[in-house]
Amino acid sequence: MLKNKDRYLSILLISPSILAILIFVYGFITWSVRVSLSNWKGFTPDYSWAGFKNYIALFSDPRFHVDIRNTLIFTGVFVIGSIILGFLMAVILDQSLKGEGFFRSLFLFPMAISYIVTGVVWRWLMNPAEGSRMSGLNLLFSTFNLDFLINKWYTTPVWGMAAIALAAIWQMSGFTMALYLAGLRAVPLELREAAQIDGANEFQTYRHIILPLITPVTLSALIILGHTSLKVFDLIIAIAGKQLPLDVPAIYMWQTTFDGLFYGRGAAISILLLISVAVLIIPYIRYTLKTDTEQ
Amino acid sequence: MKKLNLAKNWLYIPLVGLAIFYLLPMYVLLVTGFKSFAEVDLQTMWSLPQSISFDNYIEAFNQLSPFLLNSFKMVIPATIISAFLGSINGFILAKWKFRGADIIFPLILFGMFIPYQSIIIPLVQFMNAIGIQGLSGLAMAHIIYGIPITTLTFRNYYASLPQELLEAAKMDGADMLGVYWHILLPISIPSFVVVLIWQFTSAWNDFLFAVILTGNTDWPITVALNNMAGSQIIAWNVQMAGSLLAALPTLLVYIFLGRYFVRGLLAGSLKG
Repeated sequence: MLKNKDRYLSILLISPSILAILIFVYGFITWSVRVSLSNWKGFTPDYSWAGFKNYIALFSDPRFHVDIRNTLIFTGVFVIGSIILGFLMAVILDQSLKGEGFFRSLFLFPMAISYIVTGVVWRWLMNPAEGSRMSGLNLLFSTFNLDFLINKWYTTPVWGMAAIALAAIWQMSGFTMALYLAGLRAVPLELREAAQIDGANEFQTYRHIILPLITPVTLSALIILGHTSLKVFDLIIAIAGKQLPLDVPAIYMWQTTFDGLFYGRGAAISILLLISVAVLIIPYIRYTLKTDTEQ
Repeated sequence: MKKLNLAKNWLYIPLVGLAIFYLLPMYVLLVTGFKSFAEVDLQTMWSLPQSISFDNYIEAFNQLSPFLLNSFKMVIPATIISAFLGSINGFILAKWKFRGADIIFPLILFGMFIPYQSIIIPLVQFMNAIGIQGLSGLAMAHIIYGIPITTLTFRNYYASLPQELLEAAKMDGADMLGVYWHILLPISIPSFVVVLIWQFTSAWNDFLFAVILTGNTDWPITVALNNMAGSQIIAWNVQMAGSLLAALPTLLVYIFLGRYFVRGLLAGSLKG
């Protein structure tokens, strides 16, 4: 049991961090909620009560509707793309091929780079210019007679977000691969061998034995990627700047608050963003900690 | 289990295809950087340079060096301080639990996932009120919002150590700090490497805090690079060279310490 002196000491040592989290996370969230319920507009704080006015205005705001549509497109393409690609890479690398380590490092290196760098490079790769000014991937497609692949990338109406998601897949699919690879490595070898003795081929082994066993990995990947895509911000800014067709809640919040000085509205957007992230993450934390203690 | 299986050799086809996908952007980044100003043209972006020239890197470095320095000034203290806080917290939450520790831990963890937009308005107000601004304010934000991930990594590591290790030291009369200092700290080096790399990378790569908390003299590299890319005056080849300079520190860390980097990644998804 803890001696008294040590108990006080441990509380004393951890309290600066707890205090910091209490203030900077929970205190500030409460403060943001309060701002979202106020009329604050302009440089000077104004906490006069506005009720849910800012939230109600958002639901009939065409820009916010575009944001929701864009987030859905981005999330769909990015999450599905990263999961399929990451899973395939993990399965291939799980076959004990020569050079496995090299390919694994190669698929993961974009994770070390900032979204800003990724964005600046992909903005030139996805250059939408046509004809004699064509460059980037379109130029590459045209050189290899793959003209049907030439497209307007992030300037495509409505589906431009899918091009942004492609850059995000480039950045994050290695992470999904690492998750799956760790999951595959944890599947006991005896299970695979038993399946093969029973006459299952490689594909059937994956389909019926391994895939069900790594469902928790898929769940984690879905939640981590899903919550990341709700927060997407830097990547879009670096590829396309602040353009209305590629707007998302995180950019709207930033622009309306710090450029437009509509603090109340900005705070309301940020709280909606927080709620959508919390709906995914809180059950995830609870689930992870529960399985943690059971082990 | 290494088995030679010729039937699996066809798997190299998708592997090489994927490798090309991951390397394409790096290829453009590199060849563009090494071309001379005279040779740079969007229409020949894929061709190899005629001769090696460093014009672009020199120009990009001249423009970006103060901001690279800003990034280092902010990232180094942010990384070291949050790593130490995480180590102490992890130790207490794993091995020196007080009542309520199991409620505190998930509350700390949640802080790692929040969209930072939801705290940014109060953060700016608060920093202005206490008069901490620019790079110090940015470093402080990275320290505080880094606490969840650093605490998590150390807590998981310390929790995996057998309790007997501590009991033996306590028998010898060591108090809490003695146990931490003499027993746990020396064997925590790998976890420190994981956490230091993680914090270094995320603080270096951050844009949101940086763009809101700093002004044009103390921008870190991400903000400076983004503004460079947004300007019409600076040629795209210089932007490409600048991107490589901005990515180089974290890329080098990844190349030399990749194993620890991956452990940090998995820890960050609560799967470490």
